[in-house]
Amino acid sequence: MIGGLAVLLIFQLVGEVAVQLSGLPIPGPVVGMMLLFVALRWREPLPDSLRATAETLLSHLSLLFVPAGVGIIQHGARLAEEWLALTIALVLSTLITVAVTALVMRALIHRRDGEQRSG
Amino acid sequence: MENNDLDRILSGIWVYLAASPLLWLTVTLAVYLAGQRLFQWSGGRALFHPVALAIALLVLLLLLTGTPYAIYFSGAQFIHFLLGPATVALAIPLYSHWERVRRLFLPIVAGLLAGSLTAIFSAIGIAWLLDGSPRTLLSLAPKSVTTPVAMGIAEKIGGLPSVTAVLVILTGVVGAVAAPALLEGLRIRDDAVKGFAIGVAAHGIGTARAFQISSLAGAFAGLAIGLNALLTALLAPLIVRLLRLTP
Repeated sequence: MIGGLAVLLIFQLVGEVAVQLSGLPIPGPVVGMMLLFVALRWREPLPDSLRATAETLLSHLSLLFVPAGVGIIQHGARLAEEWLALTIALVLSTLITVAVTALVMRALIHRRDGEQRSG
Repeated sequence: MENNDLDRILSGIWVYLAASPLLWLTVTLAVYLAGQRLFQWSGGRALFHPVALAIALLVLLLLLTGTPYAIYFSGAQFIHFLLGPATVALAIPLYSHWERVRRLFLPIVAGLLAGSLTAIFSAIGIAWLLDGSPRTLLSLAPKSVTTPVAMGIAEKIGGLPSVTAVLVILTGVVGAVAAPALLEGLRIRDDAVKGFAIGVAAHGIGTARAFQISSLAGAFAGLAIGLNALLTALLAPLIVRLLRLTP
């Protein structure tokens, strides 16, 4: 568990430093994720402690968003003023995005499968 | 007399606890666990999504006790901090399902482009139609991207980063609650497609839901978080300039 956590933190640290040095518009942890992925492909197999730590963290992923979400308390006024526009835009846009992404992906998978069958 | 003593002791304890990070860290965990229970009992009803419920309860508690957000966050930051290592940990499901990802390369690229553009344009467009203020439009634009990146994008294009953080989380809750039924309605059967669509639209909170569908769905959702963060960071400033949006 601790070994796994140390690996995650080291890759996060390297990612943060890389972003600071390069000025890339993405956050350090996302770079850390990509680097860890490359490291895992390079040095198989996946260590058990890392798998266990990752599974624990990812199975409670939604908890980690609670502290930032409570920040809503600081924006009561703006949100109350435009709550209807915000709610409708947020809900519709999210649903449309899910649908468009899924339908485009499925269409391309179908087309490819069709080509493979005929070719 | 005894009442006064009790009051003094209680207020002494409160003053001590209110100044230590222990209290709000513990309360956050307890409220979340209670929310999870309630969500299970309710048979997974949207209104009882554990994140939405925990946020609502905590806001209520802070208001009742007159606790400023900064004090709350000094305790809750230990949970917030774990977002970083959790993001890095998304490399593991990606590694485990890499064969599948490689085979779906083209559908992933196309789905990502379509989804990312749809998320930005539809959020700005719908809020504009409903007379949203320019600042609101700009704060809403990166709503489908994971919190830290979305806040950075909002800052860059002239939105309000802390408002964006809240909108991002609400987006995640909406996606987590509604996306599985929507995908069912569209007859999407492939867990990889389900996960990727949820991840593009609803980032980490959606990904938490995708992991409940299957580990494959979770892996694709996690992949989508990283890719959409990258693409939106590049696209959002261009789109905002194209639409001549200024705060």
